[in-house]
Amino acid sequence: MDTSAFQAWVHEASLLITEHATRLTELDSAIGDGDHGINLRRGFQAADDMIEKSESDTETPGAVLRTVGRALISKTGGASGPIYGTGFRQAGKALGDVTEVDAVLLGSALEAAFNGIQQLGAAQLGDKTLLDALGPAVVAYQAAVGEGGDLAAATRAAADAAERGLAETIPMLARKGRASYLGERTIGHEDPGAASTALIMRALAMVAAGETS
Amino acid sequence: MTEGLGLVGIVLVSHSAALAEGAAELVQQISGGATVVPAGGTDDGGLGTSTARIEAAIDDAEAGSGVLIIPDLGSAVLSTRAVLADLAGETTARLVDAPFVEGAVAAAVAAGGGADLDAVAAAAEEARDAAKF
Repeated sequence: MDTSAFQAWVHEASLLITEHATRLTELDSAIGDGDHGINLRRGFQAADDMIEKSESDTETPGAVLRTVGRALISKTGGASGPIYGTGFRQAGKALGDVTEVDAVLLGSALEAAFNGIQQLGAAQLGDKTLLDALGPAVVAYQAAVGEGGDLAAATRAAADAAERGLAETIPMLARKGRASYLGERTIGHEDPGAASTALIMRALAMVAAGETS
Repeated sequence: MTEGLGLVGIVLVSHSAALAEGAAELVQQISGGATVVPAGGTDDGGLGTSTARIEAAIDDAEAGSGVLIIPDLGSAVLSTRAVLADLAGETTARLVDAPFVEGAVAAAVAAGGGADLDAVAAAAEEARDAAKF
């Protein structure tokens, strides 16, 4: 994937999040403070705009992701800003300044995103957070690459695993964030952060497969 | 902010601008000249946290002896961590896990008395164990 593919990923993710903003906010209204869709749409649209207008350095794939991280941190307004912002930044750092990203390097970037987010929020798998979608996605991605899969195959495996991970958050009890104050009431709902992660991973798979709008 | 010169500054980060400002106003009364700066709400004044507001508040609260940051919930913690990661090496500001109001009061009293950042942070943390009645 080259720089323009990473720009396309951000654009596609922004479109998907905008399209699903109402659903994300409804999920968050059930177990959180009801702003996830609105906040994330604002953050991703700001990131997409920033890249499109080249207001910042967007010369390499890594620079694109680092710019996205900065935009999400400063423009989102809720906990998802620093969380996703840190993920994109760490992924961007892992890519360094290469101009073309292969399947192995993208795997390292996804892993760096997972580790960065895990460290920031100190959540564990099973706490009903976006890590419950991102973790399985990273594992499935690495497995696909290990079996010789290309970028399209590995990102598709990751997106599928993120969606399965999202479904698995339904019976979980939230232990992090605002939702953790609601205790048992969080059981029976998808985690909104896991839902947005599934969308972002789906956007990546679409771009890697050349299926963008 | 020459009044608080040499004293530890305090930043109160909340989802609500009104909550942060109210707490800062309350605490400022007993801070003995230490600077207490609110950083609440989003850039457009809505509910949420703003890394720009947090960063500016850290700057305003710095009087040469460091800054203690007390968050309320969730994104107040994460947004502050993101700011501190950004300022790595450029600030001695420290995020503390303490009750928002009681921790701010305890920290302000310690800061006003000239305590250093370690002692101000400890005072805020100990406020967790203080019984209200």
